[in-house]
Order: sequence, then structure tokens, then C-alpha cells
Amino acid sequence: MDTSFVWALIAVLTVISFVSRASFILLFPRVALPHGVQRGLRFVPAAVFTALITPDVFLSSGALDLGPSNPKAAAAVIAAAVAWKTRNTLATIVAGMAALHLLRIAVLG
Amino acid sequence: MSQPRSDRLRPFLAGSNACLPVLPGVMSFGLICGAAMVAGGLSKTEAVAMILFVYAGTMQLAAVQLAATGAPLVVIALAGAIINLRFAMFSLSIAPHVQGLPARVRAVFAYALADNAYAQSITHFTLHPGEPGHVPYYAGVTLAVWAAWVGAAIAGVFVGAAFPREWQLEFTVSLTLLALGVANMRDRASALAALAAGVTALLAAGLPYRIGLILGAGAGVAVGILAEQWIRASSGR
Repeated sequence: MDTSFVWALIAVLTVISFVSRASFILLFPRVALPHGVQRGLRFVPAAVFTALITPDVFLSSGALDLGPSNPKAAAAVIAAAVAWKTRNTLATIVAGMAALHLLRIAVLG
Repeated sequence: MSQPRSDRLRPFLAGSNACLPVLPGVMSFGLICGAAMVAGGLSKTEAVAMILFVYAGTMQLAAVQLAATGAPLVVIALAGAIINLRFAMFSLSIAPHVQGLPARVRAVFAYALADNAYAQSITHFTLHPGEPGHVPYYAGVTLAVWAAWVGAAIAGVFVGAAFPREWQLEFTVSLTLLALGVANMRDRASALAALAAGVTALLAAGLPYRIGLILGAGAGVAVGILAEQWIRASSGR
């Protein structure tokens, strides 16, 4: 990755990270969030994380690919089931990686 | 603070000790984040700098994932801001407990605000409202979580770089985000929000600059709010 891009990225993320946490502790200690905003914020994590990974997992070279040429798709579905059952990040990662490589080996024969 | 030393040391240690059960989880997440920074294409120096300055594992994972697929800085920044919105909520609820402290100290306390540290501190503050020592308790909690996460993440940078490419360790980034997403599907409304976000992101995947992520997040939040209203109305409350 381009070095100057990475350092710009680090600088921007540092500012965002600090401002989000300092918002009410340091910057605006007397402001309160409206109730409607707080209700919407509740859905942010589930929405963002899902929107972030679905294209990387279910698309290959821009097209929907759920078949054997894209073992990530099936591995992610298996991992999601494990995540739902166990609510454990480490178990999800282990299951997903195991599924990915087993499927890859199965396809390669 | 004019309290005698032992009055601060005791709540400080109580805070650090209270964190012990979550530290293995914090450390394994740190290890994954550190390894993912390198797998995503950062040099070791860049990865360590990001860990120390940004100190936000989930945002770092998302940023590296987006950067690796060629997203521009503006989209990564916007995505990072959305992912870190929760810290504004945490900041809001911690603020009364650090009121009156010097700005320098509050700046350090803001930097150190992490998911687990917040959860531990706010639970303690709520259960022991009038008790003195909230400030040293928070310092003990955040220092324990910070040391565990940063230490493990830096270890991950150096260990992760040693693994061969064909292990496809970058997939652990998607899997970590997937686990976090599922952990946040606590009811039907948030599950529907996630579904809407995922479908929108897939449909919008052809759009440039990975705008689909922003559209997906927006659609997810909108569907979540509507679903919550609908579920509440149909259950007669």
C-alpha cells in the first residue's frame, strides 16, 4: 500500500477516533443527544458490519458468486451460524477459517 | 486530587482486577487486529503507529479492509466515523464521572475509552453511585484494557507477518466483523437492520468509491427504526 496514503489514513483515523471519544468528556460536556438519534444509533453496529463484509464475501470480480469458485461465501454462512449459536468471536474465526480451507481443498480435489 | 495515595490506589487496583476476566478476549481481539493490519498491506511501523494512535480495533479492521479494496480516504473516514459513533454515546454517559478534572486528564481518559473498559466502568459506577474513587477506578480499568490490547496487537503485527499468504488470514478480518455484527443482532429489529444493510450493500456494490457501504448502513438504520416501530405497534404497546 502507498506509504503516504497509509500515513494520511492513520492521521485521519486518529482524529476521528479521538473526537468520537472526547465528544462529551472533553469537547461538549454540556450537550445531550436527542432521543431519536440515540434510537437510531442502536442499529449502527449490526448495519455497518453487515454492509461492510457482504460485498467482500459474496461477490467475486463484481458479480454475485455463491458457488464452488468462491468458498468464502459458504464459509461465511457457516461462521455466521456459529456466531449466532456461540456469540463467541474466537469460535467464529476458527469455524470460518476451517470451513474456508476445507472447502478450498474439496474444490481443488 | 487531594485524596491520600492509598484512597486512590485501592479503587485503581479494584478497577484493574475487575477487568481480568475480559482480558483474554481483549488480547485475542488485539492479536487478530495486529495481524490483520499487516495482512491488509501495512508495514510493521505503520501498523504499530495505527495501533497506538488510533486505538480502535474495529475501526482499524474496517479501514484496512476498505483500503485494501481501493476505497478513497473520504469513504474510509466516513465509515470510520459511523463505526465509532458508539463512542460518542459512551462518552456521554462517562462524562459526569470525570467532570471537573483538568482538560489534560480528561483528554487521556477520552483516548482510553474502549468498549470493554466502558462496559466495566459504567457497570461499577451504576452499582456504586455515591462511592468515592470513580476516577482512579476508571484509570485502573482503562490502563489494564489498554496494556492488554496494545501489547497483544503489537505481538500480532510481528507474529502475523510470519504466516504464509495462502493461509488467507485476511479472511479473519471479515470473520471478526461478522461476529461483531451478529453479536449486535439482539432482537428482530436489529436483525432486520443487518439484513437490509447487507442486501443494500450487495445491490450497490457496483457503485464507485464503495458508497454502497454508506448506503447500506443508512438503509439498515432506517429499516431498524421502522421495524422497531412496527413491532411495538403490532404488539399493542
